[in-house]
Amino acid sequence: MAITEQEVLAGIKEIVEEVAGVPGSDIEMSKNFTDDLDVDSLSMVEVVVAAEERFGIKIPDDQVAGMLTVGDAVNFIVKAAN
Amino acid sequence: MSLKNDRNDRVVITGLGTLSPLGRDVASTWEGLLAGKSGVSRLPEDWSPDMPTQIAAKVAVEPAELMDRVEMRRLDRSEQFALIAAREAWADAGSPEVDPTRLGVVIASGIGGVLTLLNSYDVLKEKGVRSVSPHTVPMLMPNGPAAHVGLEFGAKAGVHTPVSACASGAEALGYALNMIRSGRADVVIAGGTEAAIHPLPMAGFANMKALSTRNDDPTRASRPYDKDRDGFVLGEGAGVLVIETLEHAKARGAKIYAEVAGQGLSSDGFHIAAPDPEGTGATRAMLAALTDAKISADEIVHLNAHATSTPAGDIAEAGAITGAFKSHLDQIAVSATKSMTGHLLGGAGAIEAIFVTLALHHRIAPPTINIENLDDAIHLNVVRDKPRALPSGDIAALNNSFGFGGHNVAIAFRSI
Repeated sequence: MAITEQEVLAGIKEIVEEVAGVPGSDIEMSKNFTDDLDVDSLSMVEVVVAAEERFGIKIPDDQVAGMLTVGDAVNFIVKAAN
Repeated sequence: MSLKNDRNDRVVITGLGTLSPLGRDVASTWEGLLAGKSGVSRLPEDWSPDMPTQIAAKVAVEPAELMDRVEMRRLDRSEQFALIAAREAWADAGSPEVDPTRLGVVIASGIGGVLTLLNSYDVLKEKGVRSVSPHTVPMLMPNGPAAHVGLEFGAKAGVHTPVSACASGAEALGYALNMIRSGRADVVIAGGTEAAIHPLPMAGFANMKALSTRNDDPTRASRPYDKDRDGFVLGEGAGVLVIETLEHAKARGAKIYAEVAGQGLSSDGFHIAAPDPEGTGATRAMLAALTDAKISADEIVHLNAHATSTPAGDIAEAGAITGAFKSHLDQIAVSATKSMTGHLLGGAGAIEAIFVTLALHHRIAPPTINIENLDDAIHLNVVRDKPRALPSGDIAALNNSFGFGGHNVAIAFRSI
């Protein structure tokens, strides 16, 4: 069964809350990881690795560089997982 | 020509902080110390039964009770201890407003982030390269605690980490004193931290025969100067002091505990781990501290000894103290506080500096516990079982710290 955008967003919220302490309610598709959520480059690596484990996918480093917003990450993961 | 004769760069202690085996802060730690409480207990961890030594002095309160969860996961345990102690010390000093370029940090560690190093290696082996946290290096580097404290308070005069095993914490305070005397800083946050209760360092210390194996009687295992002492008990925690020029402290109306008056350093050039039985290096460090502080031997009324409870170390130091003070020996109330806190390695010199500071401030020397039969070779005036009052008037005290590698550090303090 295909995973939905809502399910991935919920997963990302949990991960970012765990890694960076950002409340899930602040995490929206339009939010920029660095500027809006204060997720620094080291924490972003943790988010990526946690997302790979959770959704059973691989996120290549060159893709990580382009993931500026939560929406970028969610869209990539939805495609990769399905 | 001596610049020291009219020293106008006196440095005083205005803030204290700790997380120790005896308490979550300075007040509870000091209370435990005066009450003769032991911080040593049997280790409940599943690896403990396989170890020759199954006891240690863990911090009285877990950092999780004192620190935000997200902050914690990016910090090695030694960094958590240092930050908790530094926050207390800074608040105790009245959170002074300091020009950032005049604020320094010197926080030592004996081993650095050894828990992070070993736990990350387990992750690497079990889960692979990608699972190793990107925070690993800043967590394991020995300068990590100093760097985090520097970041917290925006220190820009310099952030430093002397490493000299169990003398590290004392060396940090000496380095901090130099930073101020040489004009690099007005205020320095100084101290030491250690978190090394893990089977690997404990196996290493145990195989050196350095650790007590009195597993069935944890609270009586650390027994400096007792005939039946059989090694030190590993402790963990941090101690941090805020020091500043007397002028700076007075100008801002700060509460002043005591003066950090001088330091003496030497090295044995004898053995990588064993103390020089002649103790001449340690004697030279103590005498150098007196000279640097312009304190005469007969002014010293209290000494917090390194005294870790090892058979050879306690004797060597006692001989060195005798060599330094000779006829004045009887007037010096000697306390071996590791009998209660265990040995905090790189944190030891720092928490003991706090103890000496408070001893001068409150005019009371903390006790040494667990001496059932004083070793015949110890000819010191040891404060046993109960605290002892110190004289009124101008008094001075010393703290000794020695480290594997033959490092000897003595710090001199004066009452205010």
